[in-house]
Amino acid sequence: MSDHHEHSAHGGEEGHSPEHAHEHHEQSFLSKYVFSMDHKVIARQFLITAVVMALVGMVMSSLFRLQLGWPNHKFWLIEYLLGDHWGKGGTIDPNMYLALVTIHGTIMVFFLLTGGLSGTFANLLIPYQVGARDMASGFLNMLSFWFFLISSVVMLCSLFVEGGPASSGWTVYPPLSALPQAIPGSGTGMTLWLLSITLFVISALLGGLNYIITVFNMRTKGMSMTRLPLTIWAFLVTAILGVLSFPVLVSAVVLLLMDRTFGTSFYLSDIYIGGQALESSGGSPILYQHLFWFLGHPEVYIVLLPALGIASEVIATQARKPIFGYRAMIGSILAIGFLSFIVWGHHMFITGMNPFLGSVFVFTTLLIAIPSAVKAFNYITTLWKGNIKFTPAMLFAIGLVSTFVTGGVTGIILADSALDVPVHDTYFVVAHFHIVMGLSAVLGMFAGVYHWFPKLFLRQMNKKMGYLHFWLTFVCAYGTFFPMHFLGLAGVPRRYYTNSAFPMFDQLVNLNMLVSVFAIVGALAQFIFVFNFFYSMFRGPKSEQNPWHSNALEWTTPMAHTHGNWPGALPVVHRWAYDYSKPGKRLDYVPQTVPLEEGEIDGGGH
Amino acid sequence: MIQVLVYVAIVLLIITVAQLVRVFELASELKGAKSNEVNYKDHRTQGKLIMGFLIAFFAFFIWQVFNYKDMLLPEAASVHGKDLDWLMWFNMWLVIIVFFIINFLLFYFAYKYYSRPDSMATYYPHNNKLEMIWTVVPAIVLAVIIILGLKMWNTITEPASQDAIVIELYAKQFDWTARYAGKDNVLGRSNFKNIGGANALGMDTLDPAGLDDIVVHNELHIPVGKQIEFKINSRDVIHSAFMPHFRIQMNAVPGMTTSMHMTPSITTDEMRRKPYVIDQVKRINEIRAKKGEEPYEFNYILLCNKICGASHSNMQMNVVVDTQEQYDTWLGQQKAFFAKK
Repeated sequence: MSDHHEHSAHGGEEGHSPEHAHEHHEQSFLSKYVFSMDHKVIARQFLITAVVMALVGMVMSSLFRLQLGWPNHKFWLIEYLLGDHWGKGGTIDPNMYLALVTIHGTIMVFFLLTGGLSGTFANLLIPYQVGARDMASGFLNMLSFWFFLISSVVMLCSLFVEGGPASSGWTVYPPLSALPQAIPGSGTGMTLWLLSITLFVISALLGGLNYIITVFNMRTKGMSMTRLPLTIWAFLVTAILGVLSFPVLVSAVVLLLMDRTFGTSFYLSDIYIGGQALESSGGSPILYQHLFWFLGHPEVYIVLLPALGIASEVIATQARKPIFGYRAMIGSILAIGFLSFIVWGHHMFITGMNPFLGSVFVFTTLLIAIPSAVKAFNYITTLWKGNIKFTPAMLFAIGLVSTFVTGGVTGIILADSALDVPVHDTYFVVAHFHIVMGLSAVLGMFAGVYHWFPKLFLRQMNKKMGYLHFWLTFVCAYGTFFPMHFLGLAGVPRRYYTNSAFPMFDQLVNLNMLVSVFAIVGALAQFIFVFNFFYSMFRGPKSEQNPWHSNALEWTTPMAHTHGNWPGALPVVHRWAYDYSKPGKRLDYVPQTVPLEEGEIDGGGH
Repeated sequence: MIQVLVYVAIVLLIITVAQLVRVFELASELKGAKSNEVNYKDHRTQGKLIMGFLIAFFAFFIWQVFNYKDMLLPEAASVHGKDLDWLMWFNMWLVIIVFFIINFLLFYFAYKYYSRPDSMATYYPHNNKLEMIWTVVPAIVLAVIIILGLKMWNTITEPASQDAIVIELYAKQFDWTARYAGKDNVLGRSNFKNIGGANALGMDTLDPAGLDDIVVHNELHIPVGKQIEFKINSRDVIHSAFMPHFRIQMNAVPGMTTSMHMTPSITTDEMRRKPYVIDQVKRINEIRAKKGEEPYEFNYILLCNKICGASHSNMQMNVVVDTQEQYDTWLGQQKAFFAKK
């Protein structure tokens, strides 16, 4: 035990040379898998936690889709899962419906697509792909996971308190989220929500700072910034966005906590509720929205960029072609990252914000379409004249490009303030952000899991189940979210427990049923993935060292989880990561560690 | 007991599936094939599936358009709404064209270039001219979109004209109240601290401007062809005043008065007589008859569109667009709030 102690105490600082690691290879289970500071183990911890959280979020969505597809019908499953208070007689209580919607959104945005996606792949790939033995600080990295886990546990605990979990929508706008008189979920459940998110932000900051420092300082010899795979560029910009914007969310959350607990009025003014006039005066609920969306919009790209990074790597590798326009891709990532900070107001066009300010946000928001278009066209040109190998990961990556475009184009309508007015907060918005952000990021995450499963668990995932999982997921995803555009254009508002109070929406019942059927089949299809995931983890066929014939550095490490990643010296990098099918080469890939031949130009001829 | 059996059954099922998968794997190992390695057969199958998906996806889109186009909102019933709808469909068609082109290229290339035993990829790392084209072309298109959009935005957000009819929309959990400004067209002061008894809006009894104000709970009447300016308030949480037929929406924020304005252009009666609205209502009533519900008549509607609590999905008010005569008659029948006492 003391042996292990010494090891972990020095491990982080010395960059642990492999010889050193070999002296202490007998680690206890606890230090190897639980309190580990190894980036590969932490990546696995993030991934498994996120999968569990995502299943909770997914089951929630299936429950409220039952209610929306078959309003006020009775389902034993609802009573079984929600109990006889919230699911009395088999229908969801309206307050619980709002709670399910809220926690579904929170889990998917924060726990799956921020913590899960960046936590898994930034941790796994940054040290591997820049050629480092581990993260800059293994200890902070471990803390990042533990804060994430505690935050997840607090969020799950909030499901069981009196009054139910937070239920004012995932954006928790005050005064609804500030006043327990307004909705039962704004009692203890809301306090736990705020606590959980604060812990989550600590986790995100510890992780993000680590990623940034590792990319800037720990690249191996020859790994210049313009030789980095696009995954690393995406993780880097994501981490910078997170570090700059998450603290603002904490400030919003802390002020809300003060309003709820200590009687301040940052967000409250002129309120009469529950038969009495409150003392609060001078606050503004709109202030909260500004603070929230100052994180909230960069958050969209915190979710999306890692997925796009993963897609770049997978598409180039499996199309056996260099990613088209490598430098333009970096430029677009940077442009998207920068612009994401000055567009938050497009969530607030109809809050009574000054119309001129609205115009500015229209302009900046629509500008984002340009780098996004560049990325989409570059992916397509990468496929053009490729030699495409359809691994399950490649299918997911292509699916991502499709959802990124299909969901992205409707953003052009929502970003246009005048056109936003009739569709704001309708199902049109639900369709837009689920397709462009939710689906793209989820498909990207699946692509990452299938592609790097051999690096995560040393084995291959089952291919046939992978294909089945992809097709069911992809078809059901479009089947679920595409028809929502029509619901939105028909004026159906989001977050309605039922539309039955409005006869004008009666004709849309069938459409809602169609959506629900796709949603539930799609949800069931995810169990194929879960099964494949755990089955392959233990019993899948062992993977060879470089199964996809990839150029990137992670595949130059042996198929074993060695501490310090490379058994010998660190690799030296001689070229960019995208020399696929280069003319005059024997093989259709040239790993980054292969020296340039005489007269050979690096980086696709730049 | 049944629960325990169900759990046991689920566990056994998972174990069975795992064993079956294992058997298949061992069987194919015996045959000597690396069954889990992606091979040319897979590339061909998946490539064809991708092409199949593309066709099915586009067919699904077209099917939806034909199926649901009659279920969308009827034509805009306000003056600005007509221009807004034109712009909406201009943008929508642009977006749909881009959607078709890019998805086609993506899936078609994926299909066309699936790996064959003798195929090679073309080394094609970049082309500055091409990249310039797909930076500049979207930029130009977006410039057009932005200019048209901001022009529209300026129209709908410019201050209401002096002679617009002023009506307050007052939100609380979970209903709407309307207050007409009366003959002076000025709303009296109100304060949340005055709320109590019948004075649900907290109107100030000392403000002479409020003496002729009319408070209406059940139905909002507005005259056709006159500009209406809504002043929107909330007393508890954020609500949103959404009138989908008039293409207007504005949040109701406690502690802050927001406003929006529009000029209704089609009366309720005219709308009810339009053939496609009659069709729509007929379809709806067939559905309602099956469920044993009251028949429905077309009505404009004001609904809450910002999550506000348990009955958020039933916070609504009917809106009636009258001819000037109908409106005057209706207004004549209403009494000022303070006159009622």
